Amino acid sequence: MRVVIAFAVIVSVFQTTSCLSMGIKVYPTLNSLRNAISNAHSGDTLLLQNGIFKEHDLVVKKRIVLKGTVNSIIDGENKFQAFIVQADSVVIDGIEIRDIGRSSITDMAGIRIVNANFVTISGNRFVNNTYGIYLQNAERCNIIGNTIHSDFKDEVSGGNGIHAWKSNHLLVKGNNISGHRDGIYFEFVTESQIISNISFGNARYGLHFMFSHNDTYSSNTFKDNGAGVAVMYSRGVVMLNNDFLHNWGDASYGLLLKEITDSKIEHNHFIRNTVGIHMEGTTRVDVKQNLFQDNGWALRVQASCSGSNFTGNNFIGNSFDVATNGSLMLNLFDRNFWDKYDGYDLNRNGVGDVPYYPVSVYSVISEKIPSAMILYHSFLTDIIDKVEKVMPTMIPDKLKDDNPIIKKIAL
Amino acid sequence: MISIEHLTKSFSKFIALDDISLKFERGQAISLLGPNGSGKTTLIKSILGLVIPEKGKIEIDGKEIRSSWEYRSQIGYMPQIGRYPENMTVGQVIGMLKEIRRDCKKLDEELIAGLGIPGFLNKTMKSLSGGTRQKVSACLAFLFSPDILILDEPTAGLDPLSSELLKDKIAKERENGKLILITSHVLSDLDGITSDIVYLQDSKLMFYKSVDELKMSTGEQKLNKVIATIMQNQLPKHSNN
Amino acid sequence: MKTIVKYVMLDLVKNKTIIVYAIILGLLSVSVLSMDSNSSKGILSLLNITLLFVPIIGILFSTIYFFNSIEFTELLLAQPIKRKTMLLAQYIAVAAALCIAYVLGVGIPIAIFYSGLAAFTLLISGLFLTLIFSALALLIFVLFKDKTKGIGAAIIVALFFTLLFDGLLLSFIYSFSEYPIDKPLLGLISLNPVDLGRILVLLQLDVAVMMGYSGALFKKFMGSATGSIYTVICMIFWIIFPIIMSARIFRKKDL
Repeated sequence: MRVVIAFAVIVSVFQTTSCLSMGIKVYPTLNSLRNAISNAHSGDTLLLQNGIFKEHDLVVKKRIVLKGTVNSIIDGENKFQAFIVQADSVVIDGIEIRDIGRSSITDMAGIRIVNANFVTISGNRFVNNTYGIYLQNAERCNIIGNTIHSDFKDEVSGGNGIHAWKSNHLLVKGNNISGHRDGIYFEFVTESQIISNISFGNARYGLHFMFSHNDTYSSNTFKDNGAGVAVMYSRGVVMLNNDFLHNWGDASYGLLLKEITDSKIEHNHFIRNTVGIHMEGTTRVDVKQNLFQDNGWALRVQASCSGSNFTGNNFIGNSFDVATNGSLMLNLFDRNFWDKYDGYDLNRNGVGDVPYYPVSVYSVISEKIPSAMILYHSFLTDIIDKVEKVMPTMIPDKLKDDNPIIKKIAL
Repeated sequence: MISIEHLTKSFSKFIALDDISLKFERGQAISLLGPNGSGKTTLIKSILGLVIPEKGKIEIDGKEIRSSWEYRSQIGYMPQIGRYPENMTVGQVIGMLKEIRRDCKKLDEELIAGLGIPGFLNKTMKSLSGGTRQKVSACLAFLFSPDILILDEPTAGLDPLSSELLKDKIAKERENGKLILITSHVLSDLDGITSDIVYLQDSKLMFYKSVDELKMSTGEQKLNKVIATIMQNQLPKHSNN
Repeated sequence: MKTIVKYVMLDLVKNKTIIVYAIILGLLSVSVLSMDSNSSKGILSLLNITLLFVPIIGILFSTIYFFNSIEFTELLLAQPIKRKTMLLAQYIAVAAALCIAYVLGVGIPIAIFYSGLAAFTLLISGLFLTLIFSALALLIFVLFKDKTKGIGAAIIVALFFTLLFDGLLLSFIYSFSEYPIDKPLLGLISLNPVDLGRILVLLQLDVAVMMGYSGALFKKFMGSATGSIYTVICMIFWIIFPIIMSARIFRKKDL
């Protein structure tokens, strides 16, 4: 204990002294920040004071720390970009960056990181920018605890909250992103961690990535996004403990998977989405121990998917549990809890004695012919489903859960 | 008062009335007689406007009744079968009609009192016997002091006492100069109250004569005898045709 | 007219069938609503109950009632009353009694458990269906002379709209799935009041989105107020048209 206290004292003393020795205060006067950056030496810390800095396109080519206070604001005046980081190990912390311009030629961002590694962007506030943070060819950067919000809900001209291209080993953690086109956008980003972010109310996707392999997404919340979350053309994706909430709209998904291979989707919550997970052309994607509740369709598994295991999930209160467009099912459903299961468990082992068929006839019909949705909730479709339950003919016969769990699975 | 000219009515293929022409005046009590299906009820319903005639016309006081409805304020109708909404009380039925006939200034409640209706004003219609319902129907027909009374089998189902009372009332109203149309199977009931007889058979008018005239020609005094005699005389003649 | 409506109503509120109907609706509503914690689901279950019971009970009860009171109708028509007035008064009384039963059976439980636009729409939809199917009963009454045939027709009409029509619609969708049938579908739907009632309620629930999933036209239709307005207009037409037809036929009907 004593050791810990002693250590803490030493650390704090060291920090104060270093601030005293290297903290350069910058006040918002004409070009003060630009000059400060060009005058700074590697390892310097610039302390941005309260006020509005009307400076832009500040290129950081040195390993410096830029620190803001509660009220230090960089104003892009709806015309310009703020920082362009081109050096390794730069830290930008606690600054508000707002009103970055929009252009159809370049993607204008609050902070753009180009060909730089070990950059930390933390605790900043991004307000009404086209792009919030834009990483380009960056490695091992940390994007932590930023608030990124935009009021422009424009899918066409708007940009993304955090945009990363051709990067690796990123850590995106604890950010709060809203009102952008995509909350987090990854393209060719590998080996990265996306943890505890909240992405909501974005015009298109809360999270959108393509060609981004071996990334881990955990404990994030994706809520009320125009089209939910879309992941495409990637392998080795791990999604754990995320919440996909209320992505409700006529083209919304909790999670859209397209051409995803060897991935894991576990312990996530899919609640009140038009479609919980939509899968297309996926191979060996394991969907385990997730909660699917009150979705329109819990799962839409296209016939092009194969080798996936759906086990230990809870399906509760979904209008349709599973929909599929083919008659062949190359995926396995086993040991899930289905609230619509009306079988019995005579030997009391907690597993239903007759299989559960999660695809209803009506869902097969409406999958084939979408117009048939006009009959949704009509007496006729109820009857068709009841009759079909007794003698299944239309539904893919492999699509069944042979061991439906009787009680809700504790997740 | 009522003038019927060339009245013809058929239901799909069945001819119910075939070219009937009749004239009724105030102070007459006319018995409509004839076997079942001879067109009596159709004739009554035509006058009431419940059946729409195919050909011919019906005039009341010189006005054609086609498509008009106001004339019915002059008519009191007692149907053959009185069926009423089953949960309505007698009081409600009478109240309802009184409200409908607010135009009527002179209510004739003699029968209501005479038939003892006030004793079961609070009874629902479904709890009443057929006879009691007939009494209610009778009261309603006379209630608004109409100039024309159309009574379809009025005495059927009534107890003898009420039947007598009703007959007295009919006779009295006739003396008051009203026109009364009655159909009945019980010819003896019509004795003494009818002045004229209309006889229908096979949808055609067989004859329309006064009772006195008939009694003279047949030499019989009782109405049923009169009719029986006519039948005997007419039937062979009829079958010859 | 007011007089007739008033007295016929007095008779109807004491009618056993009406009372039982209200009680059954009430029991079903309470059990459904207390079972489902999710309000949207409760409404959907109630919607299914409404779509099944209201048309069948509505048309059967009205038809039987109209035929049973034919003698009373004759008696009243022997009074100085216009035929149209008589017919309308009877319709209004019967439809109103059924509506009251529906409001008591479904409306009160809804008001107790939860209110909201969707619940209100369900109530409106149920009332519309009541008015429509009593109007259809009226039409059956004036078209048929015989009570048995009339009841038969009523059963057929109820079955047709609750089940058969959707079956035909589904086979239509099946046979023409290659063609752009969204527009004709919306047209066809308006030929069935039960479907209209269903869609009217679904439009107020977020599940409408699932229908919009199937195409741009549905999306447009479901997504805006147009859908609701269109549905309501169609339903009003479904009330008025049978009544006007009935009144016309009744003018010439022999009783």
